[in-house]
Amino acid sequence: MTAEPVGARSRTGYDAETLAALTADAEQITARYPDPRSGLLPMLHLVQSVDGYVSRDGILFCAEQLEMTAAEVSAVATFYTQYKRHPNGTYTVGVCTNTLCAVMGGDAIFDRLSEHLDVGHDETTPDGSITLERVECNAACDYAPVMMVNWEFFDNQTPESATEIADRLRAGQDVTPTRGAASVCSFKQTSRVLAGFPDGRADEGTGAGGPTLEGLRIARERGWTAPEPDGVDAAGEPAAEVPPETGTAQSSAERKPTTTQDEKPGMPDASEPGERTEGSDD
Amino acid sequence: MTDMLTPVLTDTWDAQRSWTLESYLDHGGYEGLRAALAQDPADVVQAVKDSGLRGRGGAGFPTGMKWGFLPAPDGGPRYLVVNADESEPGTCKDIPLMLASPQHLVEGVAITSYAIGCHHAFIYVRGEVLHVYRRLLAAVQEAYDAGYLGTDIQGSGFDLEVTVHAGAGAYICGEETALLDSLEGKRGQPRLKPPFPAVAGLYARPTVVNNVESIASVPGILAKGAEWFASMGTEKSQGHGLFSLSGHVTRPGQFEAPLGITLRELLELAGGVREGHELKFWTPGGSSTPLFTAEHLDVPLDYESVGAAGSMLGTRALQIFDETTCVVRAVSRWTDFYAHESCGKCTPCREGTYWLKQVLHRIEAGEGTGPDIDLLLDLCDNILGRAFCALGDGATSPITSSIQYFRDEYEAHLDGRGCPFDPARSTLFDDTPEAPPALAGAGGHR
Repeated sequence: MTAEPVGARSRTGYDAETLAALTADAEQITARYPDPRSGLLPMLHLVQSVDGYVSRDGILFCAEQLEMTAAEVSAVATFYTQYKRHPNGTYTVGVCTNTLCAVMGGDAIFDRLSEHLDVGHDETTPDGSITLERVECNAACDYAPVMMVNWEFFDNQTPESATEIADRLRAGQDVTPTRGAASVCSFKQTSRVLAGFPDGRADEGTGAGGPTLEGLRIARERGWTAPEPDGVDAAGEPAAEVPPETGTAQSSAERKPTTTQDEKPGMPDASEPGERTEGSDD
Repeated sequence: MTDMLTPVLTDTWDAQRSWTLESYLDHGGYEGLRAALAQDPADVVQAVKDSGLRGRGGAGFPTGMKWGFLPAPDGGPRYLVVNADESEPGTCKDIPLMLASPQHLVEGVAITSYAIGCHHAFIYVRGEVLHVYRRLLAAVQEAYDAGYLGTDIQGSGFDLEVTVHAGAGAYICGEETALLDSLEGKRGQPRLKPPFPAVAGLYARPTVVNNVESIASVPGILAKGAEWFASMGTEKSQGHGLFSLSGHVTRPGQFEAPLGITLRELLELAGGVREGHELKFWTPGGSSTPLFTAEHLDVPLDYESVGAAGSMLGTRALQIFDETTCVVRAVSRWTDFYAHESCGKCTPCREGTYWLKQVLHRIEAGEGTGPDIDLLLDLCDNILGRAFCALGDGATSPITSSIQYFRDEYEAHLDGRGCPFDPARSTLFDDTPEAPPALAGAGGHR
């Protein structure tokens, strides 16, 4: 064997420059933890940011950095669904088909997208732009049905809105999440952020959509607040209250009706269209 | 008198650039830390015990008591790990909290770490929420820059390092010992307890694992007092909590209220069940908590009352389904989820969820027969209480409760009849013929 350049001891196929950059990043990752092994998950995100999936080289790289065997690294990588075993599309389009989103329309959205893109779950379009996935509950149920593009939120989707987003992605156009950065970055860029390397975009986008603020909006409207600390001692002891029975003093039934629903629960509010609140900016 | 809604955590969410430290400080942020650093750590633990705060991640274990379980300091490290792996179906409170106002959490981490003698804390956030991870990284950096984290915090001599760690997609990592294994760079599989994390947690050192909302509630307790916190809620379920309404409601969203509010009251605020429809079933605290029906509208949503009514308060994830929803389809899909997310460590859960999925699929497809319903119950009986963690238990909850309340609906599917519901009627949009109804109910994860 002829002498090899920098990184000669690496069994990975990375060129010297890539290997040097990866090694520097890996050192930053392991420095965050008391035990370097804790850096394995971010390091797997890191190799995905270079290769677009967890490649053989990526597994060997992690193994070398952490003095583990390739089999041990593979055992971890295959446990987690965000680590891809095959080259991923530039964009992962994930439709929530867990129960609530599925019932609200997620199944219809997934079926339409699957037909439109001619790919199934965990398959990638031939142009390499989109990997379609069914995803599990992504903690945005008040915005159902929800779609994720590279793990950014696209709330309150319909089959039409979802196919439109997919078409834009395939055409190489920017798409803007409902709650997220100003535009969706690539799968590789996403993976780099998840490895713990900020991309400077935290201040982009909104703090909260409409449903997130729904309770607060009502509280502001009605002048409801948390109690003031001073009020507690009025009776000389903490007021450990039992909630009122419905229909008695302090219960909602005692409150003056302010909307149609107060008198006819379940009926649409006369003062507002009977539609779901769209996610609003700020 | 306590108002029906009590914005504490949500109170900062509608501010301009609510996620920044500047905005948080404008709203009284870090007053709790200031108060804590002026006290003995043991007094901080006592204040949280006195407040009555119980774990907001689902189990409801008293938070201060959990802290008190740590053994006496032995000179070695002790850790705080925040469980920000919010993944329980229906649960959607911690993610919006961290997106809108991550400093609530960062301040809570600083106070809790001081209280338990931790100098390196971790926030384990699920990897599927990119912008939330960005916001957390930025929030921690801002806190370092302003001297709320790092060395000699606010001149107190207390040092704290905080690492924000992204997971990689595994529901099981929301289980605290699986989370610790995952944070150690392993497959996320639950550990046998005891020893509990308080004794042997991260790197086998004493560790406190708490939910995001629990930790984020701590600054308010320190700033305004344990009595203030305990003045909200019921006698045994004290304080404020986030109630997340989703599904077939007119205006879904987050409602921060004293524990003990009822679904009837919350539905009134949310504009009721969607127009022209009625409540059929709901989850009080995520898919792992037994279903409720319209007969439970007035159950106070506190730990004791929900438990007495046969379910669990869980994460206050109120998923509302109207009469257009097939309960078998709903439960079948949750079961797909549990089968997919079972880590495989314990045989009853790994094999049991697999078979539950097969049986439910065949019932939904009309291929089930009479004994299948009792077969489901028998399978559940062989899973419940027979695995290391609660995932398998959770998988049985929607099945046994739905058979309890809707057995006739299961029977209507049997012997070639199939699902009597049109899934297009449950969607929020006018469905089109392109989505074949026959497939829409029977899908699921491969």
